[in-house]
Amino acid sequence: MSAILPPSERIWWNQPIDKLEFTWIAIALVWSLAMFVMMIWWHIYGNQNLANETYKTTKEMYAAKAQAVVDQYTVRTGTEAEKQFPIVKPPAGSDIYMIGRLWDWWPIYELEQGKTYKLHLSAMDYMHGFSLQPQNINIQVHPNYDHVIKITPNQAGVYSIVCNEYCGIGHHTMVGRMYVTKGGE
Amino acid sequence: MTTTYRICPRSGLQFDKDAEKLMRWHAVAGVLALLLGGIMALGVILTRWPAVKLLEADVFYMWLTAHGINMLIFWIIFFEMAVLLFASSTLLRCRMATPKLGWVSFWLMAIGAIMTNVAIFSGESSVMFTSYVPMQAKWHFYLGIILFAVGALITCFIFLGTLVVAKAEKTYEGSIPLVTFGALTACIIAIFTIASGAVILIPTFLWSLGYIREIDSLMYRTVWWALGHSSQQINVSAHVAIWYAIAAIVFGAKPMSEKVSRTAYFLYILFLQLASAHHLLSDPGLGSEWKVVNTSYFMYFAVLASMIHGMTVPGAIEQAQRLKGYNKGLFEWLRKAPWGNPAFSAMFLSLIGFGFLGGISGVMMGAEQLNMLIHNTIYVPGHFHATVVIGTTLAFMGLTYFLVPVLFKRELLFPGYAKMFPYLFGLSMYMVALVMMGAGTLGVSRRHWDMAFAGAPMAYEWPGAAYLMMGLTGIFGVIACVSAGLWILQIVFSLLFGKKLEEGETRSTPIPLTLPAPTPGGAAHPPATPGTMVLALIFLTAFILYYFVNWKYLSSLWGMA
Repeated sequence: MSAILPPSERIWWNQPIDKLEFTWIAIALVWSLAMFVMMIWWHIYGNQNLANETYKTTKEMYAAKAQAVVDQYTVRTGTEAEKQFPIVKPPAGSDIYMIGRLWDWWPIYELEQGKTYKLHLSAMDYMHGFSLQPQNINIQVHPNYDHVIKITPNQAGVYSIVCNEYCGIGHHTMVGRMYVTKGGE
Repeated sequence: MTTTYRICPRSGLQFDKDAEKLMRWHAVAGVLALLLGGIMALGVILTRWPAVKLLEADVFYMWLTAHGINMLIFWIIFFEMAVLLFASSTLLRCRMATPKLGWVSFWLMAIGAIMTNVAIFSGESSVMFTSYVPMQAKWHFYLGIILFAVGALITCFIFLGTLVVAKAEKTYEGSIPLVTFGALTACIIAIFTIASGAVILIPTFLWSLGYIREIDSLMYRTVWWALGHSSQQINVSAHVAIWYAIAAIVFGAKPMSEKVSRTAYFLYILFLQLASAHHLLSDPGLGSEWKVVNTSYFMYFAVLASMIHGMTVPGAIEQAQRLKGYNKGLFEWLRKAPWGNPAFSAMFLSLIGFGFLGGISGVMMGAEQLNMLIHNTIYVPGHFHATVVIGTTLAFMGLTYFLVPVLFKRELLFPGYAKMFPYLFGLSMYMVALVMMGAGTLGVSRRHWDMAFAGAPMAYEWPGAAYLMMGLTGIFGVIACVSAGLWILQIVFSLLFGKKLEEGETRSTPIPLTLPAPTPGGAAHPPATPGTMVLALIFLTAFILYYFVNWKYLSSLWGMA
């Protein structure tokens, strides 16, 4: 008679389904399919899709690539709380390498609004979390994987990169920065 | 070997004495883990409350690790093992298979739980519940979890063995009850979960001893979540089974359709584990096709199953109430429900909170692109406090009120508090989940000691609203912790000092179950359930609106391809 007793009908499979119950199942199924289609639709028509492009790398190899970009395009050095960061302004379309490590994001990039860049993400030690604020874009960063994402900043301003994957005692001090300027400046 | 049975005079249930003792020990061990996890919760919440910031960073991360592991693994799985024993030997009125092995399993779990806690509190193992590599904990951190899992695995097989015993000794006729079917679902998922855990935690344990040089971080996350997420599916199956059980105990409710409910459970077995892929949506190295297929095609079948249970449980209650004559309008059945019975009110708050808060937010996180808005923000703990605390823990706590007289044979002390508790704890957890999700929508990180970034060279300033939300998380979190603490005291005091209740008849042969004669031609036209349908449609409307609000938010972000 109840859910804690065996079903009173031996052949319960043949019992008819309540009409409203069936309606609800149909609605829920349609909604599930709609949500499935939505993800694919966004891949085709949406502008915010996480790239799949990823390479196996090593910490040394990745750090060397980042260093090369920094050496080539550094425009000035920023000093924040006695810590110096190169501020790097690469041309639109270039590969830019962001290093996540205990406990900073390095270097600081200065990008132009409306231009596209190939942002590379990798970690030097533990995993880190790339959390771009106040945009609120959050991406997992692994050591030994080079994740390449084409980004197109749509608004000028000062952005922060908060680490949101726990990475030890100094985790809360791991905040980086990114500048986006209006085009033509 | 003789088995003795006790017939509980209060519920009519028949307990195998061995199984009964094991159930009591598992439940008590679970509540002890809950107590420890709850104390940790208080420390964590008082640290994340920006105006209080109680603990130092190292202690905070240690307590946060202990909170996650004691709550998500030790409390819930200890309790679930009790549920498995109850759903098999008690509901099928049979003897339990291999009671001695049951004790081996219990002590393995207990030793494992103690070992891991020792590792955490002796420091150098503050690696969080997820223990992501390459961050390394002490070897006994991993070994404790492995021992605990082996113990749980043995109990899973004892559960299956008990089903075989019941079938062979013909203690029931026809199919197993729906609640046992739900427990069987939980058991099958548990076996899968523990196997996945072994695949990743045994190498990680060897790595911590130095026998393995490196564990790939992406592989770890991929396999670990087959443990980490699937273990939450054990909870879902178990607490849905408890919803059905409480509906049956309190209302005598009969499932609207055995076929639908069982098929929905079956969908869990087929698809829920694949949902673990939604933890990896913002990771590199996995293709969009893989992400979309696993989280939508497969996960949505599981979501569908939950939406079905979410309707059939209140639907069954509505039918039972309407049969009793509460037929006025859409909602008389609900208004006249026993809101003062804590087993019912806990179950109903669990159901609504799990659906509206946990379910909807879970699907947001499970949409590939939307995940980028949420990944690793405090939205995530907001979501799982709605599923695991409001959904699972509250249901378990409600059931415990039923178990005190039935299983522990004691009269409940402070019944006035029992009436109040589900609302006090449940609704404050609703608020905790909501404000955490609010703060997460503004970007606030999870697992983070200081949202003011003290000592960071380039601190980011969160919007004022984020501080407000985290302050509210603190306030409601403290209310939830204190009310749960009082619940533990109430249960412990009742078990120690409550009036001893009559044992009931003891005998050495099981009484076969007598079933009421089936009504010819199915249940004679059960009443329709328009009230439940209206609730379900309100849910769907909220779901759809919130879903598209998130896409709108996403569309305003930087272009990414």
